[in-house]
Amino acid sequence: MKFLCVDCDRQMTFEERQLPGDGTLAVAFKCPGCGRVIALLTNPFETQLVSSLGVQIGGRTVPAQPLETVRGMVATGRDDAFEDAGRGADEGGKAPHPAWSAEAQERLARVPGFVRGMVKRIYSDYARERGITQITPAVMDTARAELGLEEM
Amino acid sequence: MRIRTYHELTEPDRSGLPAQIMAQRQRVAQRLAGVERLIAVMSGKGGVGKSYVTVHAARALARVGRRVGVLDADLNGPTAARLLGARDGRLAVREDGIEPAVGADGVRVVSMDQLLADGRPLAFRGPEAESFVWRGAAEAAVLREFVADVAWGALDVLFVDLPPGLARFQELAELLPAPPAVLTVTIPTAESGDAVRRALRAALERGATPLGIIENMTGGGFAGTAADDLAAEFGIPVLARIPWHPARDTWDRLGERL
Repeated sequence: MKFLCVDCDRQMTFEERQLPGDGTLAVAFKCPGCGRVIALLTNPFETQLVSSLGVQIGGRTVPAQPLETVRGMVATGRDDAFEDAGRGADEGGKAPHPAWSAEAQERLARVPGFVRGMVKRIYSDYARERGITQITPAVMDTARAELGLEEM
Repeated sequence: MRIRTYHELTEPDRSGLPAQIMAQRQRVAQRLAGVERLIAVMSGKGGVGKSYVTVHAARALARVGRRVGVLDADLNGPTAARLLGARDGRLAVREDGIEPAVGADGVRVVSMDQLLADGRPLAFRGPEAESFVWRGAAEAAVLREFVADVAWGALDVLFVDLPPGLARFQELAELLPAPPAVLTVTIPTAESGDAVRRALRAALERGATPLGIIENMTGGGFAGTAADDLAAEFGIPVLARIPWHPARDTWDRLGERL
């Protein structure tokens, strides 16, 4: 899927992705010539179809997690199916793991157990890569939109 | 007004969807680089005992020191983990993938049965009313992740226990760097033979290598010569005839022929 600004005859570039939280997806594309922005809006069915391919519109911003599609899409998983192995405080010269605010922990606790470990890891990696030392609900909201984490 | 076509737009695309798909394929190939042989166990017919045969063939090979894994590709009727006594317990998530459970005789296994809540069917998030459109793609993605995201380690044989029908085999063949070897299970009846014939032919048309036929549930109420008929038709051996109550040496002999 590509978008062409017909007036400028220029291929439009990915600008931003938004997840309103109702299963729909909004992806903005911008013409590098005239600056015009258009939005691609998908319904829940179309969003799901993209998710089921295991790809992300706008490109990947964090590495794929093990069984990412399984954990992200299966609705009938066991809460205790996975044991997410802990990681050291500082591996390979990476930044230390961020702290979680009480509000962020509360929000994380509401994520189904089947996918919680993966969600925690994704937010943690997101924060570390950006030098964020504490994860708050605001950080989670930003990450969720940037990374395209539906229902997380 | 002339609008340029899709292929004429060649500027770099940040989404890089083809590259993302390619990366998925590379991940599969890298994971399977440590697997000496991949054997898909198939049948066009349901209820012929594919999982039972798969698990016992795997155990027979493991008992003689082979490193063996079972990937349960029957996502909607998974049984391999229970048959291997590895249904309970949690799957450990490591940096390099999911650690498979270790079942009877040391056979490694990953199955949807280990992941689903008790008694619940496999269901995906999203609008259920339209799920018939994307469910196939979602199941194919699960299969891909079971291959690519499980830290199978070095294996002599990875069995893939397929559900009845052809769809999952085709998804598997699409994923793999090379067509798999197939082990075909039938019961003696002509009806089973007909269904297996179609499935086996489809597999061969996709370039699969047929290892042979296993005739299951012999010596009981099922009459027929399906295994011999298929063997003659396709020029492949009948590797084993499994009675209703097989002894351990039945499986050991099968293991020797694999």
